[in-house]
Amino acid sequence: MNPLLLADITVFVLGLLVGFEVISKVPATLHTPLMSGANAIHGVVLVGVMLLAATATTVTGYVVVFVAAAFAAMNVAGGYVVTDRMLAMFRTRQENRQ
Amino acid sequence: MNAFDSTVHLIYLACAASFVVGLHLMNAPATARRGNQVSATGMTVAVLTTVAVLVHGGHLAAWAVAALAAGTAGGAVAGLLAARRVQMTAMPQLVSLFNAVGGGAAALIALGDAVAHAGDLDRLPLQTTTTTVLDLVIGGVTLSGSLVASGKLAGRVPGRPIIVPGGRWINILLGLTAAGLAGWFLTGGAGIAALVGIGVLALAAGVLLTLPIGGADMPVVISLLNACTGTAVAMAGFVLGSDVLIIAGALVGAAGAILTKLMADAMNRSITAIVAGGYGTGDEVAVAAAGPAAPVRRVTAEDAALQLSYARKVVIVPGYGLAAAQAQYEVAALARALSERGVDVSYGIHPVAGRMPGHMNVLLAEADVPYPLLKDLDEINPEFPGTDVVLVVGANDVTNPAARRPGNPVSGMPILDVDKARSVIVIKRSLGHGYAGIDNELYSLPVTAMLFADARQGLGAILAGVREYAA
Repeated sequence: MNPLLLADITVFVLGLLVGFEVISKVPATLHTPLMSGANAIHGVVLVGVMLLAATATTVTGYVVVFVAAAFAAMNVAGGYVVTDRMLAMFRTRQENRQ
Repeated sequence: MNAFDSTVHLIYLACAASFVVGLHLMNAPATARRGNQVSATGMTVAVLTTVAVLVHGGHLAAWAVAALAAGTAGGAVAGLLAARRVQMTAMPQLVSLFNAVGGGAAALIALGDAVAHAGDLDRLPLQTTTTTVLDLVIGGVTLSGSLVASGKLAGRVPGRPIIVPGGRWINILLGLTAAGLAGWFLTGGAGIAALVGIGVLALAAGVLLTLPIGGADMPVVISLLNACTGTAVAMAGFVLGSDVLIIAGALVGAAGAILTKLMADAMNRSITAIVAGGYGTGDEVAVAAAGPAAPVRRVTAEDAALQLSYARKVVIVPGYGLAAAQAQYEVAALARALSERGVDVSYGIHPVAGRMPGHMNVLLAEADVPYPLLKDLDEINPEFPGTDVVLVVGANDVTNPAARRPGNPVSGMPILDVDKARSVIVIKRSLGHGYAGIDNELYSLPVTAMLFADARQGLGAILAGVREYAA
């Protein structure tokens, strides 16, 4: 196996473990914003689409880039905004009175 | 590696770290919003850095720039509008939709990368071609599966399980065909056509896998699809050799996996049984009223108001029926009126009270319920023995004491121990069954009184009564 692939696999496995560790501490109260926030994080696929755009040279390639960019941008922009909207509603009693 | 590349690499690393820190801050309501902002900042930096990389690289085709810019602008506007306008009750279908497009983008990266290397596909290393196939399969299944799930949640696709005749065989056939095409592609004989075929098969499989799953199992399904998108994005990272995609994808995969497990446990169902499908009714609990197995005690709204007004400690147990009746504001108003009388009010929330993990908490937060009052299963169960009145609104199976006995459909399911309180008032339209399809033994217990009414009207009548005592 080539060393680049091994490094990628290492990063992937450690990422999974860090994810398990961090996310298992999130209380049930916040599970919806957690899922929506995690959803926004996989919007990083937009970076992948941008890197792909650098290699596109054919009409098929441009079409794929266009659709993928639309998908990814919708994911990332919508995901963060809707998560923020939800989290802004979680207040304590004192904050509600203000 | 030159200075520019190293800097870029380090910036991407910092962005990945910000995603981890952002998720970490989500472990408490007080810091969660900041966590999301940290994560969003990291994302913005990652995108801007990539712009710098593209400009620095310099060999972008004008059409590629146009396609990228137009797509990004259109997608971002659509996403922002949807995020601003969505009702909190419709959150599960929106999250599913965002999940679908994320998976779709990951699958298209696999396809696009292969298109870009169309001339020398047979010279790509096996690690790239393998992850290309995996990315396409997982991303494709997620795209169509999440769209069907989103349609079911929004009521555009019937929520009841739709059984395709011979569906399991069709799935096996799809799987074998896809595996054949993948083998052909990996051994270098096929090219783009095989990939397109795999993509189409993955889309079909996503639809066929999601259609037979009942509406009540949706919290598990959307968690599972979320995990799939994470994995697809990580695969896209392998294809492009991008660490930030791999890390972000792994984090999301882990989040989805944890939520899937938690939801399946809370519903007393195995993940394999849910994916096999065919269980559960359609949407909200509207099964025809079955004849009562045992006599129940009725209570009027006035009596319920009296009981609640003079209680010391009240726990409200909301279920999906509350959200279906859009009664979260009524329940919050009632709780506030009781608190003003000095009654100690809190909410006991079962993990599956809603259509996605934690959904009920968001609905109550929207109705200005302070989050310290929202208590989960482990937190509220020890409090029931000291509770004067439990008010159950729109929840059914999750309160059935039969779960503690073996030998019935809810056996072993984690429940809210409402029957241990001094008295229980259940607001319900009829004695209909929940998803498990069995009588709720809670209703015929001596401590329980039934208020037969629509959630909204019932709560309104009780609130009017409570206000009278306050006057």
